[in-house]
Order: sequence, then structure tokens, then C-alpha cells
Amino acid sequence: MSQSNYAEIGQVTTRPQELAAHRTKRRVRERLIEGLLFFSALSSIGITAGIVGILLYESLVFFEHVSVVDFLTDTQWTVLFADAHYGIMPLVAGTVVTSAVALVVALPVGTIIAIYLSEYANSKLREMIKPVLEMLSAVPTVVFGYFALLFVTPLLQRFLPNLPGFNMLSAGIVIGIMIIPYVSSLSEDAMKAVPVQIREGSYAMGATRLQTALRVLIPSAFSGIASAYVLGFSRAVGETMIVAIAAGQQPNLTLNPMEGAATITAYIVQVSLGDLPHGSIAYQSIFAAGLTLLLMTLAFNIGGYLLRKKFREIY
Amino acid sequence: MKMTGPRDLATRVARRKLYDGVFGILGLLATFIGLITLTALILDLATAGGSRLSWQFFTSFPSRFPSQAGILSAWVGTALVMLVTALTAVPIGVAAGVYLEEYARKNWLTVLIEINIANLAGVPSIVYGLMALGLFVYQLRLGHSILTAGLTLALLILPIVIVATRESIRAVPGSMREAAYALGATKWQTVKDHVLPYATGGILTGVIIALSRAIGETAPLITIGALTFIAFLPGSPIKSEFPFVSYEWLMSPFTVMPIQMFNWVSRPQEEFHLNAAAAGLMLMVMTLAMNGLAIYLRYRFRKRIKW
Repeated sequence: MSQSNYAEIGQVTTRPQELAAHRTKRRVRERLIEGLLFFSALSSIGITAGIVGILLYESLVFFEHVSVVDFLTDTQWTVLFADAHYGIMPLVAGTVVTSAVALVVALPVGTIIAIYLSEYANSKLREMIKPVLEMLSAVPTVVFGYFALLFVTPLLQRFLPNLPGFNMLSAGIVIGIMIIPYVSSLSEDAMKAVPVQIREGSYAMGATRLQTALRVLIPSAFSGIASAYVLGFSRAVGETMIVAIAAGQQPNLTLNPMEGAATITAYIVQVSLGDLPHGSIAYQSIFAAGLTLLLMTLAFNIGGYLLRKKFREIY
Repeated sequence: MKMTGPRDLATRVARRKLYDGVFGILGLLATFIGLITLTALILDLATAGGSRLSWQFFTSFPSRFPSQAGILSAWVGTALVMLVTALTAVPIGVAAGVYLEEYARKNWLTVLIEINIANLAGVPSIVYGLMALGLFVYQLRLGHSILTAGLTLALLILPIVIVATRESIRAVPGSMREAAYALGATKWQTVKDHVLPYATGGILTGVIIALSRAIGETAPLITIGALTFIAFLPGSPIKSEFPFVSYEWLMSPFTVMPIQMFNWVSRPQEEFHLNAAAAGLMLMVMTLAMNGLAIYLRYRFRKRIKW
């Protein structure tokens, strides 16, 4: 408290009436500040409401022209052509393939790192490795995109000569590397949270560190590890710049990672960079694509939540 | 279980120990993936883009000629957008964190806010961009401006700031608050004069990490209609005559560093890729410096404060 405040209190306490007035003023100020803080906290709900509201509102314009059935079953996405088809499937396929490649890289590596850091590494090594992993997740995605297109793709082409310049494989691998820190740090936190007695019980039975990790820690920490995987998936599905740069811009209904294909996010970027007028169907299609993306992550998050609830261990 | 003799048991124990050791090596290798990737990334950018880094690169506008192009409008844009983002996200985020940690009652609304913040972390950044396009650009008519961009990124990092604020406030021991209350301080006086000063280090660390994420964000800004070719600077915020400040720059079109880099990397000409590498190198330097600073600050504050 500042000097003047003490002086103020000193003056006030001599007169009861002024003291009462001072108290009221103080109470009003406290209330006002609490209200202000409350509205700041409420703003986060506002963001969610804004996201859902805007996406639904703008998508409606799109779905007035395109039926939901066509949107989900048509196998072509040729919004920018004269013969326009509005089937989201090719874009969903691109998103699923790049995310799947990313998860194949990130889940095993992330889990191994988590086990290593929580069970094997001493604190000195851990203090060194964690900041490096943190920095990896801080690299701007556009830089990762450059890396995928101009470093990883040429590297892969040495082993796979038929790999096209734009392909989902290299984009997926780089997304996978990018999300390793998310998977490893959350999984490690979950493993660390397993009570030490459970671990000691396992060691007392003569189990090695690896056996303890695989048979005791992972089952006990499963709900936390599942959250880590879900967050990793959300990041992979929503990743934009890496795929926009390295996976190509052509919608392509394929499950082959060696081909190039546009993802939902890459399509949104492509349209945003063009000069289509607001209100045209092609322009509104980016909101429908965004809504699809949001629903995909939402479905996965709910699935993860149910899985966590089923396997939750309470100590 | 099958009965085993002592020799059999010994080989099995040896095998378990071997697996354990092999996994130890595997784990060590896995942790080096991060280091290897970062090194490869920086070396790749440095060898390609290093030669383009010069005074001219920082003071030139983009150009059709790769060797004359620079990042002047991009870094000025990044600085101004970050200013708006920080001025919006920090007060609101810290206030929200203080409310949730110090004031909120345990009721359904608080639970809803908490679940909501956790879920916002999983929302793809491009979805924030679409929301900002619909809300700021079309409903509120703020245009494809620096103001729109700054607000968009502020929304994006708000959950990070809130979570960081809550964590560092939670680390302040309850005895601090009780001592303040015992001296007759009100709740706000306790928070303002005692809790927040001790939590500042943690909050600052979180804010720096959040801003370093915002600097690299590209997708939401492309979605709200950032331009890729800007050959002018926004109006200066400081004027020589009264009232000395101008807010004209807020409404100016803009580009930022990552968008400039994206523009160069998506061109077919090899020479532009060199510019992209140079811009990428600058982005890496900025984000890594900010993260390094955050890690250092966290270390410092952790060491200095002993309860």
C-alpha cells in the first residue's frame, strides 16, 4: 500500500461518519473490480460462442445452395470450376492421411520420450532436453512448411524416386515432428502423477524399468496419455501452413500418402488468398469447410473424453 | 505359470535387463530427434538464406526482383500487430486468471468457463481466423486491418495467458493472503499488492511464450485477408503536432513476417526461396530468443523466490 493511503486511513478513523463513507466507497470499488474481472473471465465463453455462431451463420448461406447430402457424399470438390461439385470427402481424405502419418510419427516417439524422461533420465539430462523440445513446438509452422518442402521432400526423394514434389508423406512427417513435444510433455506429466508407491510396488516385485513403464505406468496414467494423444490429433488436423506449402493444393480423393492432396485447411488458405467476393458460394464454402474441421476435432475430443472417463484411475 | 529352473530364470532375467537397456538407448535417441530437427532446420535456413541477410533486406519493400526484395513492411507489420495483441490479450487474460483463481465460486458457471478454456486449446488456429473474418471483418466492419489481425491473435493466445496466470497465482502460498487480510486489506488490495507482485514472473513467462506463438501464426491472418504484397508502411503512430498520437495505422492494410515468407516459399523461382529462408531465419531468431528469455526468466524466478 502506498504512503498516501495510510495517511488517508489515519485521517478517516478520527471521524465515524467519514469512516462509514470510506467503507461504502471501498465496498463499491471492490464490487466494480470483481465485476470487471468476471467479464474478462466470461470472454473465453464469448470466444467459443463466437466461433460456433459465426461458423453456423456463414455456413447457412452455403447450405442454402448445396444440400448436406451432396456435401457429404459427392466425391469431387471442384468449387472453383464451372462444373462445380461440393463434396467435402476429398478434403477430408487429405486431412485424415496427413494427420495419420503425423500420428504414426508422433505417438510412438512422443510416448518413448515421455517414458524415458519420467523413468530413465536423471534430472540434469531432463533439464537439458525439455527446453529443446519446448523450442521445437515454438518453431513457426510456416518455417516447418519450408523445411518439409525444401529439405524433407528432397531427402525422401532419394529413397523414393517416384515421390512427387508436393506430397502428403513429407508434410505428415514434419507435422508429426512438430507435435512430438505436445504428446511427450503431457504424457510425461501423467506418468509423473502416478503415485510413487505403485512404482515401488512394481520394482519390489523385481520388475525392470521397462516392465514397470509398460505394465504399470501406462495403464495407470492412461487417461492423461489419452488427453495427450487427443491434443496431438487436434493439432495435426488443424495444421495449416505445413500442408498448404508441402502437400499441394489439388483436392484428391486418395488414401495414398505418396500423392499430393489438399487438406481442409489448405483449401481455406487457397480461397483466402484469392479475390472471391464475400457472399459467393465458393467463398462461403470455406466456412462450411471450417465447420467440418471443427466438428472433426470436437468428435475426437468427445471420444477422448469418454475413453478417459472409462479408464480413469483415482488414487 | 510354468515352473522354471534357476538357469532358465537367469536367462530370463538377463533378457529383461537387455530389453531395459535397449529401451534406454532408444529413449535417448528419441529425445535427440528434437535437437537434430532444430539443428537441421537452422543449418538449412542459414546456408540458404544467410547470404541474403543484409541491411538492404531489412529496409526494402517486397519486389518482383528477388535480389531487391526485403522485409521492411513485414517486420513493421509484425511489430504493430503484436502491439495490438499484447495490449488486448494481457489485461483481459490476467484479469480472467485472477478472477478464476481468487474470486470465482465453485459453481456450474466456473466449471463451464474452465472446461471451455481447456477445449479452446484444441481448436485449430485457422478456425479462429474464420471466426475473426465473420465477426471483425464482416459484422463489425473493421476491415482487413492491423486492428483485426491484432484482435484475432489476441483471442488465439488468450487461453494461454489465462492458464499461465492461474498457474503462477496458484503458486503463491495462502499464508501471504491471510497475512494481508489480517491487516485489514480488502480482497482487491490483497491481490493487487501481494499476490500479483509475486506472480508477475510466472505471468511474464507465459505472456512471452504466448506472444512468441502469435508471431509465428500465419493461417488465421491469411484467412482474415492479410495482403501478401505491401509496398508501403502504415501511418506513423506519433505525430509532430497536437495530439501527437494517431490511430490511423490501426486501420491500415498489412502483411507480417510469416505471410511474407509463405509468399516467397510458394513461388516457383529458386531465388525467392533464398529470401524465404532469410525471412525464416529471422522468424526463428525472434521466436527462439523469446522462448529462451522465457525459460531463463522461469529459472531465475524459481531460484529467487523461496517461500
